[in-house]
Amino acid sequence: MSQPAIRLAVPPQAEVSSPWRDAWRSFRRNRMAMIGLGIIIFFILVALMAPLLAPYNYKEQNLVDRLQAPSGEHWFGTDDLGRDIFSRIIYGTRISLWVGVSSVLGSIASGTLLGIVAGYYGRWIDALISRLFDILLAFPGILLAIGIVAALGPSLQNALIAIAIVNVPVFGRLVRARVLSLREEEYITAARSLGMRNSRILLQHILPNCLGPIIVQGTLGIATAIIEAAALGFLGLGAQPPDPEWGKMLSDSRQFIQKAPWTVVFPGLSIMLTVLGFNLMGDGLRDVLDPRMKQ
Amino acid sequence: MEPHLLEIVDLHTHFVTERGEIPAVDGVDLSIRKGEIVGVVGESGCGKSVTSLSVMRLLPQPPGKYAGGSIRFKGEELIHAREKRMKQIRGNEISMIFQEPMTSLNPLLTVGEQIMETLRVHLPIGKKEAAARAVDMLRKVGIARAESIVRSYPHQLSGGMRQRVMIAIALCCEPELLIADEPTTALDVTIQAQILDLMKKLNRETGTAIMMITHDLGVVAEICERVVVMYAGKVVEEGAVKDIFANPRHPYTQGLIRSIPSMNEERSRLYSIPGQVPKPGAISQGCRFAPRCEYAMDICRAQLPELIAGANAAHRSRCWLNTTQEVAN
Repeated sequence: MSQPAIRLAVPPQAEVSSPWRDAWRSFRRNRMAMIGLGIIIFFILVALMAPLLAPYNYKEQNLVDRLQAPSGEHWFGTDDLGRDIFSRIIYGTRISLWVGVSSVLGSIASGTLLGIVAGYYGRWIDALISRLFDILLAFPGILLAIGIVAALGPSLQNALIAIAIVNVPVFGRLVRARVLSLREEEYITAARSLGMRNSRILLQHILPNCLGPIIVQGTLGIATAIIEAAALGFLGLGAQPPDPEWGKMLSDSRQFIQKAPWTVVFPGLSIMLTVLGFNLMGDGLRDVLDPRMKQ
Repeated sequence: MEPHLLEIVDLHTHFVTERGEIPAVDGVDLSIRKGEIVGVVGESGCGKSVTSLSVMRLLPQPPGKYAGGSIRFKGEELIHAREKRMKQIRGNEISMIFQEPMTSLNPLLTVGEQIMETLRVHLPIGKKEAAARAVDMLRKVGIARAESIVRSYPHQLSGGMRQRVMIAIALCCEPELLIADEPTTALDVTIQAQILDLMKKLNRETGTAIMMITHDLGVVAEICERVVVMYAGKVVEEGAVKDIFANPRHPYTQGLIRSIPSMNEERSRLYSIPGQVPKPGAISQGCRFAPRCEYAMDICRAQLPELIAGANAAHRSRCWLNTTQEVAN
């Protein structure tokens, strides 16, 4: 009785489209976001192919060639121990991406779990978890990270753990707020009216609908985490020598900033560029995935 | 007479607020027989939706609170049933469809996935069989090209299509009772008629009883056999649809019927019942409708009338006018 209406409602090409595919399609139209994605892919490739790209061993010292200016031999110059900065930056990409991605994954895993539990079950569990987040957020992020690293001992792995802990409430609060609003959605009531268990509703209906904001915040969070890792490295609390961590390279060279500016400029540029890439991509993702942006 | 499928007796559902308990449903009696379509009519806030959510036990507690009465489904008391038992009943024996077809489907799952999920929660069947049944179900609710629609996402469908999908999900486990909470309110008039026809057809074919919650007497006239009129948390009149339309006995029902726009009469202004629905709990004494009633007498404001039948035992109303008439007769 309503066949004409049905044909109008579903154009033939609509069959291949899913909400995620639609998001990718509009993401691709966002030029800045695609530039961000390009930068990220570039750094990922650099990290993967580091041994092929690096002309020198990043640990190799050559005291004769100390503080050489950029040249055909050393593209980015050499540092105070005569190490090739270009090679160190290439290997440093591995460290920064690893710290950024894995610490954010850690924050997402624990933050999402806590946020979902708090938002869905509410009452005293919510009060407990929310106060925990409040306490964590009461400290300036970097100060808390310093405190945690100081307690655990300075190392790259502990810096990573500290950064993950600092960012847990960011994701926790995000997910909790999203769950609180999703809980009122009619399709959640509908799912309950169909006799579904809480665990199924959480995993099948609530969690997938939280993913958009989590991905957006996660991408932006990687940028923050890279900066925090560099800051901890700069303070000597992150990567330890001779690891070529960008923040550590900055602090090691800061006394030569006037005599050999290239020792500071290139690590700084690398940090800036990766962070910019993740930020651009995060903003683009927000435009297509964040429900608040959709009108 | 057939036994009742659903029997609500003296149901009290309250909301606990900072200002105390507010009775949203205040002593409702309502029963539905197997295969029957019963309309529950009233203005917003009269407690009709709360009644339906109470039957499903879907009211969040707090602030909701079942303060008394009983809800029996096939003789089984639901108010004290365990949550585990309720989960077996929901979707399988009693299903529900909602007002907004735009928001009552999960945007990230295909239509087929949502039907299959419900099937597999309640029935011991595999993926393949569930998929086949999902397509069957979509055909049953009048969706052409069900094989391709089953793979589409809710945002690709029109409102009427989504409501059909909702109906398919609600009926896929062949429940004995379907609670439809304003299922056509958000739809275009032409689509409304199609959806009502569909529900009527499915009711005939499957014998699923329908509790049709609506504020639209037109919908009631279209598909219901019996109607229950609610006002401020209480049933004020109930009876067969034809009796109520021909001979409404409660002034509120009369007002509702007079407010239906009519093409035949030449009236410059549409009638509307003066005043507003009282806030729940605002009137504790006498008839709730008395402040808006043109026939209000002293006794109306002092004492609440009982829901009583007149000459026709199935047609009951809660009004002093009718009791005094009976006495006078």
